[in-house]
Amino acid sequence: MAIDIDVERRLGERNIAARFTAGPGLTALFGPSGAGKTSILNMVAGLLRPDRGHIRIGERTLFGPGIDLAPEARRVGYVFQDGRLFPHRRVRANLLYGHDLAPPANRWMGFDEALAFLGIGHLLDRWPQSLSGGEAQRVAIGRALLAAPELLLLDEPLASLDAARRGEIMAVIERIRDELRVPILYVSHDRAEVERLATEIVPIGG
Amino acid sequence: MMSAELWGIVALSLRVGALAVALTLPLAFALAWILARWRFPGRVLLDALVHLPLVLPPVVTGWLLLVAFGPAGPVGRWLEEWFGVVLIFRWTGAALAAAIMALPLMVRAMRLSIEAIDLRLEGAARTLGAGRWHAFRTVSLPLALPGIFAALVLGFARSIGEFGATITFVSNIPGETQTLPLAIYSALQVPGGEAMVTRLALLSVVLSLAALVLSEWLVRRSHGERARRGD
Repeated sequence: MAIDIDVERRLGERNIAARFTAGPGLTALFGPSGAGKTSILNMVAGLLRPDRGHIRIGERTLFGPGIDLAPEARRVGYVFQDGRLFPHRRVRANLLYGHDLAPPANRWMGFDEALAFLGIGHLLDRWPQSLSGGEAQRVAIGRALLAAPELLLLDEPLASLDAARRGEIMAVIERIRDELRVPILYVSHDRAEVERLATEIVPIGG
Repeated sequence: MMSAELWGIVALSLRVGALAVALTLPLAFALAWILARWRFPGRVLLDALVHLPLVLPPVVTGWLLLVAFGPAGPVGRWLEEWFGVVLIFRWTGAALAAAIMALPLMVRAMRLSIEAIDLRLEGAARTLGAGRWHAFRTVSLPLALPGIFAALVLGFARSIGEFGATITFVSNIPGETQTLPLAIYSALQVPGGEAMVTRLALLSVVLSLAALVLSEWLVRRSHGERARRGD
């Protein structure tokens, strides 16, 4: 499924612009901190409104002239840099939040399948606060995958992890890229990370 | 011991307090939400208006209520003509006075807890397929719950202690508008009423303490849940 993005947005003094297409696999938006990479993901997710441009996934237009789909209608899964798990829900309820909201016909990953894929079955009754960084990030990935997205956004998912956890999560991301059919937009400022994971690299800002 | 008269006063106070917080809660929550989340011209003015009953002499608040809700007042006349509702000299009027006096405290308590909620959690919920209303109901509202409980207890305690605005608006009628503080005031005017004053004052202390302990317990309970996540 081809992803076609051309967005521009003024934020204070900064002008954030990106124009690229992405195919299957992992497309890395690579650039220095402060280049507006996260803002681009927010625009794709519908959390930030572009001043102009378009966002398309295959035949579906998420944003364009006269079109601005609400975030909940976009089917874009988002794994935030800080995980952003719901603090008042246990891991199980966090994972099922989007899964239960997705129409059954759209779901492409079952609950047990996701648990096995991410190795998080033993965490179901834990509270998000009690999880380590790596565990929280795997739950956040699971929560996004279970919501039946057509596109997965990963915003520096390794940034808050130590070296051992980084390797572990990188392996998970590689498996998503290679085994699941969902295309990934991946934001990072780390060259080594991007070179290892990316199918394609889109430089941003600088 | 509790005489029937004493019970009547306590029951009336509780009834006034309950109606007052029930009236105020939805409005106070909406105001707290607007003040915490929205930026608009006139926000400072709205904030000041909400806080007005806190700084105004209660007698003035009571008088304003009298002007607006009295039989000749614009709101009072409208309420009587359309709904047959009369507030002046009634316990419902006492509840209205208490509600207005409790409003700023309740708004403050809820606003603090709403401001403490990470706005981005709602964004996360939206990307997971939740509409605006569903995200509010399942994420923001539960996270604001400790503040709502605290506001309820605080507003209730404030309501059963209300004096100035109440006596100005609905007078001091035994069995109808004479809540605990008004009964204490009356007992003080009567020679030999000290025993009654003591009993009423003790009851006030007990009720206020119970409210405080309850609010502390509710806050601890929600914090305790967070602490347990550490195990």
